[in-house]
Amino acid sequence: MKPAATPPWRLLTHLAWLGLRAQPLRSLACMLAILIGVALGYAIHLINDSAVNEFSHATSSLSGEADLTIKGNLPDTLYPAIARDPVVAATSPALEVQAHLPSRNEPLQLIGLDALRAAKVVPRLLGQPAAGPADGTQGLALLEPDAIFLSPAALSWLKLAPGQSLTVQVGLQDVRFTVAGSLPAAGAGQRLAVMDIAAAQWRLGRLGELSRIDVKLKPGSNLADFRQRWLPRLPAGSRIDTPAATGERSANVSRAYRVNLAVLGLVALFTGSFLVFSTQVLSLLRRRSQLALLRVLGLRRRELMAVMLLEALALGSAGSALGIAAGLAIADAALKLLGADLGGGFFNGVTPSLHVSPWALVGFFLLGLGATLTGSLLPAWEAAAAKPARALKSGDEEAAFARARSPWPGLALIALAGLLLPLGPVRELPIPGYAAIACLLVGALWLMPWLTARLLAATPKRWREGPIAGLALTQLKEAPGYAGIGLAGILASFSLMVAMAIMVASFRDSVTEWLGQVLPADMYLRPASSGDTVYLSPAEQALIRSTPGVRQVVFQRLQGVILDPARPGVLLQARELSAADAAERLPLVGPATAVAPGMTPIWISEAVADLYAVQPGNRLQLPVRGKSLAVQVAGIWRDYATQHGSIVMTLDDYRRLTGDQQVNNAALWLAGDAAGVQAALRSRLSHGERLEFAMPGDIRKMSLQIFDRSFAVTYLLEAVAVLVGLLGIGVSFGGQALARLREFGMLRHIGYRQRDIDRLLAVEGALLAGIGVLAGLAVGWLISRILIDVVNPQSFHWTMRHSLPLGMLLLVSLALVGLAALTAVLAGRRALRVGAVRAVKEDW
Amino acid sequence: MLQRYLRLFLATLLAATCLADFAPVKPGVPLVFPRDYGAHPAFRTEWWYVTGWLQLPDGKEQGFQLTFFRSGTGLAADNPSRFAPRQLIFAHAALSDPAQGRLLHDQRSARAGLGLAEASEQDTALVLDDWSFRRLPDGRYEADIPTQDFHYRLTLTPSQPMLLQGEAGYSRKGAAAGLASYYYSQPQLKVGGSLVRTGKTVPVGGVAWLDHEWSSEIFDQDTVGWDWVGLNLDDGGALTAFRLRDAAGNTRWAGGSRRDAQGKQIPLGPNDIHFIPSSHWTSPRTGVRYPVGMSLQLSGPLQESWQLQALIPDQELDSRQSTGTLYWEGAVHASRAGKPAGRGYLELTGYGGRLRL
Repeated sequence: MKPAATPPWRLLTHLAWLGLRAQPLRSLACMLAILIGVALGYAIHLINDSAVNEFSHATSSLSGEADLTIKGNLPDTLYPAIARDPVVAATSPALEVQAHLPSRNEPLQLIGLDALRAAKVVPRLLGQPAAGPADGTQGLALLEPDAIFLSPAALSWLKLAPGQSLTVQVGLQDVRFTVAGSLPAAGAGQRLAVMDIAAAQWRLGRLGELSRIDVKLKPGSNLADFRQRWLPRLPAGSRIDTPAATGERSANVSRAYRVNLAVLGLVALFTGSFLVFSTQVLSLLRRRSQLALLRVLGLRRRELMAVMLLEALALGSAGSALGIAAGLAIADAALKLLGADLGGGFFNGVTPSLHVSPWALVGFFLLGLGATLTGSLLPAWEAAAAKPARALKSGDEEAAFARARSPWPGLALIALAGLLLPLGPVRELPIPGYAAIACLLVGALWLMPWLTARLLAATPKRWREGPIAGLALTQLKEAPGYAGIGLAGILASFSLMVAMAIMVASFRDSVTEWLGQVLPADMYLRPASSGDTVYLSPAEQALIRSTPGVRQVVFQRLQGVILDPARPGVLLQARELSAADAAERLPLVGPATAVAPGMTPIWISEAVADLYAVQPGNRLQLPVRGKSLAVQVAGIWRDYATQHGSIVMTLDDYRRLTGDQQVNNAALWLAGDAAGVQAALRSRLSHGERLEFAMPGDIRKMSLQIFDRSFAVTYLLEAVAVLVGLLGIGVSFGGQALARLREFGMLRHIGYRQRDIDRLLAVEGALLAGIGVLAGLAVGWLISRILIDVVNPQSFHWTMRHSLPLGMLLLVSLALVGLAALTAVLAGRRALRVGAVRAVKEDW
Repeated sequence: MLQRYLRLFLATLLAATCLADFAPVKPGVPLVFPRDYGAHPAFRTEWWYVTGWLQLPDGKEQGFQLTFFRSGTGLAADNPSRFAPRQLIFAHAALSDPAQGRLLHDQRSARAGLGLAEASEQDTALVLDDWSFRRLPDGRYEADIPTQDFHYRLTLTPSQPMLLQGEAGYSRKGAAAGLASYYYSQPQLKVGGSLVRTGKTVPVGGVAWLDHEWSSEIFDQDTVGWDWVGLNLDDGGALTAFRLRDAAGNTRWAGGSRRDAQGKQIPLGPNDIHFIPSSHWTSPRTGVRYPVGMSLQLSGPLQESWQLQALIPDQELDSRQSTGTLYWEGAVHASRAGKPAGRGYLELTGYGGRLRL
């Protein structure tokens, strides 16, 4: 027969379609795996992108048409000097506070603005008075001392309408405002309040203070020049930003968190791609003789490969498209239910709407398609490369695997992982760490069939003699290629799960221990949980100290400090403690160092040490409340509470250097019972009912709850990965069962009952999963070391000790083995529904 | 958007409704100088209004106008903040260049304070960002007004004694007691200085007119606007005439003064002044129709007939961005019996809807 010249595409697509239709379940599983991967990856991307987008919108509407924004603790006398600068066209001074609202846990961003100045620089922040009496007096509302304008998002958040009143807590006292209108031009999800700057200074107790000055320069003025000229004249800790830099920084704040989530999303896609691979391999094995026949009938190698890839293309397109749709739905639901940061706490005050960019949409579609094609490429090539004459013969399937049995590529990848590890972070992201994990994982996957073969070959012969277990072991040993595929799926998902479990457990244990160290007092007190308008005055401090039943009080003052204008602020905690106590009271990492005589000691968190390259003994200039304080690092401590770093200094030093007498919270040691002391404090202080008390046990519980919540998404992603892995086992056993129809028929023939065949499959599945689980534990443990010692310190700048959640790992391992056995049986049964007798007949 | 906000803002600030206790304008209170050159924050509204004709080196003439407004808000009396919005200051400046065919103008606005916007209570000394207008110890005035289209630095030298309007500076604006202002003018100011246009600086001369007026209640609800004219007569005399109109265009009140070349001043009462429109111009931008040509008939103590003709018809001033008002304010030629007899400024307000001041 003369081969056809060039078979039309229609024939090739028809062949591909036949291939897909012949195994609808398997096709469905493949599609599902891709769908899940794409959906998760895309949903995470969408959520992150929407959040960052909304956040940068919010920041840009704050700076409006300004070319530059000066931020810091600025005295308002600085403002006229800036306004008079010859290159300045217009300026808008503002006082920004995070206002605490009684009975709300989140603060409200409140901006005091000069409406006449703002009109030329940040017009979007101008309030629109609600329609009032028709005498035209409503315009004055922009200057009224009790008028406040709320953005639509803030109005709906607080369930307020114009005319109603809004109470802000300042210190322990109430300050009441009237909602005079809205901010129609504020960002859609932006919670924001605007009022007159003079009233804000006065009524919020910030006379003489500004927090930002937005500056519009005359056309042609040099931005850098202006910055250079003014930066040295600004109070310590001030910065001059362009709106672009502000947006970038706000995106950077959450970048590590977002990248970590994105990597988890990609893991699901990777597992999906892997599932496609194993499915395609099995499908091709099963159709090996059919394909060989096609070759004999004149289809060229290239064309056969095209048929295979067309199948993958169809699966990938459908899976990706559905995945995109599912991703959109998931992201939309998650944004509505969980908020922009999925519980991570990075985007408070912003409720983003879904932000869909066509590039990302197409990108994730292509990623899904690429994953499918990648998964199919090797099997397709292998099928096309097979010699038709040999492949036509029955029982040739295992030959296909021979090629992949060399251990060297796997070993090389694992070695590469080892080489990547010592490299530092790239752009502050633990890229080499992630790359090492990927290398380790792929290397281990590659080694799996080889290892399995070695392992099974090494089993004592008598193990292979029983009617069920023996047969199962023999089957696995003789067909290690099949076994390897099912195994790899388990290994890929389970090792990642193990790694995450160990990491999260280590983290949780460390946090628990840390909470014990940082919460030594009997009771904690603060005027409110949010906002920077709340504090305790010296008089209130004295009252607290002299309250009966209070044995000892440690007050603390919190203050944001900018160490590097390009980075988010660091939290300064000025605490009543003596330098000698610090070593005991702080969870120090490494030894404490004595500071030079006359120097003010500070203790920095690991993040400060990491991000600013500071070591004990180093001297720093600390910009606090517009003053520059000379300090020396006396030690590094572990702080899981602040990601961007925190600094502890003694309250005495703080007061001596700044003169600021207010405090934000207090730790109390009690002589009496807690309830009695609380009641006494509430009655002694005016507005004492505003005081919030917390017992260390409650704080611990709440902190761990927050911890667990922020890892909930991680668990979810892991569960999905394991699900996809199990799907892989199902597919591999289904495929094998079909391929082994004759074998099962023969077994039935020689007296095995259906139950025995079920047991045989169960044992095989369990054995396979057992090997996978063992390998997964080993690989997962290695990955967890990388996560704990490399990825985490580089992403979040904190260290933790290692813990092994043995009970949990054991439980999950057993569950997985059991599930694998069940899956094997179910998949086998489904495949065997055709009936054993017909199966035996097939070859005869 | 900016315009909408500011208009709302100012319409309110300048609304006739009394929001707080402002000082009343009473008759028989003698003006005291130099104190009364300065600002009077106890009163709601106050302005310094300079109008005049510039003589360019090539012989061509241009009109110019500069106004500083001060407005008491009645707010924040006890707020110690440096930003306390007790007083607001607005200013606008315009240039009528016949070659341009319309007004060039710009404005500034700010709350008083921080040295950026100040109106001294000692003497005329007004600052609003980069604009300033002040009286020097020798009695001359200095204006420095950089805008987006032009920049003028002018010195205005009085050539005559000041002119107290009404009854020794107490100028009635209506039949009801209390509808009045304190009002003095400085006609026949000699202009010197320079004008920068499109990067070129030219020396300028000319003649100008200054009004300084303050009040807490200048007109009632039934008044929609006014016509005002101040003429520097070629013979050295000066003519001031104003009338307040109701919605139908009828005169509700009128007043003014006529000073002759010898310095003799004759007050003009509500029945002595008749504005009779002689030609109109309709703004293509706003559709508002202004009587830009006027016949001004004086009766009573004086029997005079003046013809006012605009230097250019389009001198509409859309200052809704600062004071929230839309009006026509322009350089006019004055002639008598068909002969040129003086130069001045005509102000036509309330033609585009009720003026709030």
